[in-house]
Amino acid sequence: MTFDAATIAMLKAGIWESLYMTFASSFFAYLIGIPLGILLIVMDKDGIYPVPWFQRILGLIINLLRSVPFIILLIMVLPITRAIVGTTLGATAVIPPLVIASAPYVARVVESSFKEVDAGVIEAAKSMGASTLQIIWKVLLPEAKPSLLVGGALSVTTILAYSAMAGFVGGGGLGDIAIKYGYYRYQMNMMFVTVAILVIIFQIIQESGMKLSKISDKRIR
Amino acid sequence: MQTAEPIIQLVGLGKEFMTSNGPITALDDINLSIEKGEIFGIIGLSGAGKSTLVRCINYLEVPTSGKVLFENQSLTDMTSRRRRLARRSMGMIFQQFNLLAQRNVIQNVCFPLEIANISKDKAIKRAMELLELVGLEDRAKAYPSQLSGGQKQRVAIARALANNPKILLCDEATSALDPNTTKSILELLKEINKNMGVTVVVITHEMSVIESICDRVAIIDQSHIAEAGKVADIFSEPKSRIGRQLILGEAGEQAIRFGGSKRVRISFDGRSSSEPVLSNLILACKVPVNIMHAETRDINGTALGQMVIQLPEEEMDQNRVLNYLKTAKITYEEVKDYDL
Repeated sequence: MTFDAATIAMLKAGIWESLYMTFASSFFAYLIGIPLGILLIVMDKDGIYPVPWFQRILGLIINLLRSVPFIILLIMVLPITRAIVGTTLGATAVIPPLVIASAPYVARVVESSFKEVDAGVIEAAKSMGASTLQIIWKVLLPEAKPSLLVGGALSVTTILAYSAMAGFVGGGGLGDIAIKYGYYRYQMNMMFVTVAILVIIFQIIQESGMKLSKISDKRIR
Repeated sequence: MQTAEPIIQLVGLGKEFMTSNGPITALDDINLSIEKGEIFGIIGLSGAGKSTLVRCINYLEVPTSGKVLFENQSLTDMTSRRRRLARRSMGMIFQQFNLLAQRNVIQNVCFPLEIANISKDKAIKRAMELLELVGLEDRAKAYPSQLSGGQKQRVAIARALANNPKILLCDEATSALDPNTTKSILELLKEINKNMGVTVVVITHEMSVIESICDRVAIIDQSHIAEAGKVADIFSEPKSRIGRQLILGEAGEQAIRFGGSKRVRISFDGRSSSEPVLSNLILACKVPVNIMHAETRDINGTALGQMVIQLPEEEMDQNRVLNYLKTAKITYEEVKDYDL
């Protein structure tokens, strides 16, 4: 096949759809994942506000959600998708399953970033009479920022990869194009082009996340 | 120290940790009274429980028995909110400084003021005053990673003083610093104590720290207070085994055995009497010797006489002493019991 104006327009639309799915899902995944990550670290038995039984149950639910293969989850949450978005087709319809699948992942990534915060610094804040909320806002989040940005690159790229999979259920975006043309119509060059574009987007997100982290980190100067 | 008014009282304090191998007692029946305006030292070997003890004072560790009184008010009976407010009157510094790595120096000093909801302008003004006090006003915009250990501890001290605490808790505050920096930090603590009237509690495993700044000291060993009192008294007459060990050093505890070991007669045949031959030998060889017999006379500035010393049983130590005597060209001979 040739890359005429219509094909290029389709690819362009695919890129925008992919970016839209990825970033909208990442936004909501972080909106849910950061508080979950905070709960996981703060309520740990050695945390600043220990509620171990709750923390364990939360951890269990997160592991459970994470162990469901994304492609299965995509189908399982169709009723929820229909209730929220009104349809099960198109890029917007992929956002609920993407969020449900990635929020637990984000929670774990965020948790591990918080774990890197020096326990001594938290102890120092406690010794000054800081409350639990103050420690979260003024110590945990800012001190973990560089690590959170690295984790952000990891999460967003993972969500991008997930979004490509959504093509299987008619989710739109580059993954959809790759499956329609590459898999169903056996147009290999089209598939390669979409995959190449995905690789480039992936690289850009990963690298800019690392760079942002490095710029924001005051430890290495 | 005028009137002995206590600022901190520990009454029957105990702390147990639950571990997978059963409970471990970190502190047992600790009774201490720290007076307003003094510098109080708590010394012990590592694992003795001193870090747990200092954390009980501001309730970073919750004791499992007994009471902590801060200005006659029981922290034990306070709500956690009131306890948090009380902590603002107790500054604390740490061995690893524990500065916020993502904040610069002035922001670090402002941190406790932010926590106390003090307006930004006021906080910055106060922080600059404190940085001047610790001599780091020109590093206000630097980040902790750009500072030396001593500078980091100065920032930590400024930060701990931000809320005008009545007491400053120092947990091994100089243990990560070299001797010169240690000295300057101790000087600073002393100044703060004298000029600002802040009571200072120093936790350390180094006797030299206690010796240089403390008024009173408690020696903690195996979860108990072995002895407590004025530094001068404890130094001149340590009563506990651990006290002797800490003050007299290794030699005080594991007495070097002399038994029936080698004896050496040293002859002083005209060396300068101002040359401390025996002291030099001990310092150079780092080996104690036992003086069995000595008669020296100073005749017109010349030392004449002889001395019989007994060497330690350890052969390596003996050789070191004999080699020293040889190189220092001191006349000596081995003696047997009968020709003492």
